[in-house]
Amino acid sequence: MVLEKIKFVKDTCYVGLGVSPGIAIGEVFFLSRVREPGVSRTISADQVGEEIAHFQEAVALFKQQLVDAKGRITDKKMHQHLFIIDAHLLILEDKMFLNETVARIRDDLLNAEGAVKNTLRSFENLFDSIEDEYLRDRKADLESVGDRLVRNLRGETIRSVDEIGEKTILAAHDLSPADAMQIDRKKVFGLLTDRGGRTSHTAILARSMGIPAVFGLGNFTATIPNGMPVILDGTNGMVIINPSDGTFKEYLAKKQTLEYIESRLAQLRDLPAETQDGKRVSLRANIEFPAEVGSAFKHGGEGVGLYRTEMLFLGRNTLPDEEEQFRDLREVVEKMAPHPVTIRTLDIGGEKILANESYQRETNPAMGLRAVRFSLRETGIFKNQLRAILRASHYGRARVMFPMISSLVELRACRECLEEAKEELRLAGTLFDPQMPVGIMVETPAAVMIADLLAKEADFFSVGTNDLIQYCMAVDRGNQNVAYLYQPLHPAVLRMLAMIARSAAEAGIPCEICGEMAGDPLYAPVMLGLGFNELSMNAYSIPVVKRVIREFRYGDAEKLVAALINFTTAEECREHLENEVLKRFPDLSQASRI
Amino acid sequence: MVIRNRLGLHARAAAQLVKAANRFESEILIEKDGAAVDGKSIMSILMLAAQKGSIISVTTHGIDEKQAIAAIKELIGNGFGED
Repeated sequence: MVLEKIKFVKDTCYVGLGVSPGIAIGEVFFLSRVREPGVSRTISADQVGEEIAHFQEAVALFKQQLVDAKGRITDKKMHQHLFIIDAHLLILEDKMFLNETVARIRDDLLNAEGAVKNTLRSFENLFDSIEDEYLRDRKADLESVGDRLVRNLRGETIRSVDEIGEKTILAAHDLSPADAMQIDRKKVFGLLTDRGGRTSHTAILARSMGIPAVFGLGNFTATIPNGMPVILDGTNGMVIINPSDGTFKEYLAKKQTLEYIESRLAQLRDLPAETQDGKRVSLRANIEFPAEVGSAFKHGGEGVGLYRTEMLFLGRNTLPDEEEQFRDLREVVEKMAPHPVTIRTLDIGGEKILANESYQRETNPAMGLRAVRFSLRETGIFKNQLRAILRASHYGRARVMFPMISSLVELRACRECLEEAKEELRLAGTLFDPQMPVGIMVETPAAVMIADLLAKEADFFSVGTNDLIQYCMAVDRGNQNVAYLYQPLHPAVLRMLAMIARSAAEAGIPCEICGEMAGDPLYAPVMLGLGFNELSMNAYSIPVVKRVIREFRYGDAEKLVAALINFTTAEECREHLENEVLKRFPDLSQASRI
Repeated sequence: MVIRNRLGLHARAAAQLVKAANRFESEILIEKDGAAVDGKSIMSILMLAAQKGSIISVTTHGIDEKQAIAAIKELIGNGFGED
């Protein structure tokens, strides 16, 4: 049979889960394609002995492969992960697994492949009923063991990681942790898989090795030919096949900027974010998993300015209890100490976390029952979260903030719940920080207009620019027909930002920006000049923003803002800003901005 | 006994427990919520889904039962050397 060579359109884009950030450019190399399903076949009674022996050989071979893999791992840093290989070895030695498979061959007269498949499937079903997400995810380990076992039974030789050439983007249906550990980082620039999630062992490995990775790409490996040029963007979970010259250049520039930042990280990390004329700014990280604290430190973050708590609630059938939330929050607060961690209470709608008829999909969720509106209705869930936050506050410097506040009544109601939660903890004799600051997200135009009133009752402000711009301009960024109206430099937006900063300054409370604007170096002088001295962003943006701040004068930033405020359109503002900033930082061109 | 390490009896802890159990001749049973499983089988241990704070009981039976229970007690007691 002649296979027709499939032509790939330039810039074919795949979207998956970005599990390890960074950009990689190279040629794709397939370690394994679609999982071998394992074909069930009935055997005759006199074949049973032979089939059992065949199974035992495949197990022995696999054990040898794992022991060999262990021996090849020389990198000391990888040793802490060797337990994964041990766990796979123990599965292969597990009496329950071995006996059940042999029983299936003998009693059901199944071939070894079919018996392995059925045994593992019965275990996998049991795993699905486990509530704890981490423990449930260990199912992936079983799948990985089953896949290799079936290949061994078929006598397939598996391409080993040694065959890999230069500039490789390694692709596999599902990459086993054992394979991932043996990767030569000089050759392998990125990882792609059809399966796998953020908490899979291989994803954790990829992050700790600093290899960009996109997982969960569906049937990617079944469709792409070996050697295909590919761009991997692990930050945004994107894969571009057969890139055009333009795309290639764009990503090369992004990659070089990242590498430049990376190379200057060590120098910049310990230097303060201070302007030439001595104005000190605090740069913090926006994170959503405790595992990201390391990245915040590595990039020089002085704390976490936005800890999103939604992740713990999504993708599960039951709500996390106070204890689970506390463990998660405590880890972040404790690791980040003595730097502050700002914890935002739930910022989603009820339909995402409760299978309750009263929380059905809304026609206009952006303006619906979400954030504090939801929390104040489900005070049980809210107070659980508040108690977990309070308990975590004992282990470092925690701050709590309430999202989507649009009135003083809401802020007061939130504070009341917090006081009740404190009282409950006091009665139980549980420790917490009684002085924990209480802030609000300023992201509705209503909150901006009463910022002076809110500032009297909040301990700090944090401006969520993404939502504020959407609500201010009445524009849905996701709608391509109107997305052009999402203008951070629109005079309406600038005036709002100025108003928020002034109200905070008059009340003497700290004021932070934690939206995307904070991480864009072009806007750094604007936010500085407006008077925001705490910026929180994706960890990898911290060095670029820090560089601009360190090379700017606060006096110049103030003058720049004074000029911008006088322009009448967003277009004029943008032109003026680009001229002023690019004059000083010519390498900060559009293409190289992240 | 109470499981004290943060992630519960996850892959690393389960592997350590099973390795320790396999060093002994005795039969080792781990019980949680009325379900008792073989302490020498990693699959069984993982399937117990013992999160942090779970209460489990350990029974050993055989010629080295005392040493076995002491070893397992120590491992669980110090949270598998984590945290």
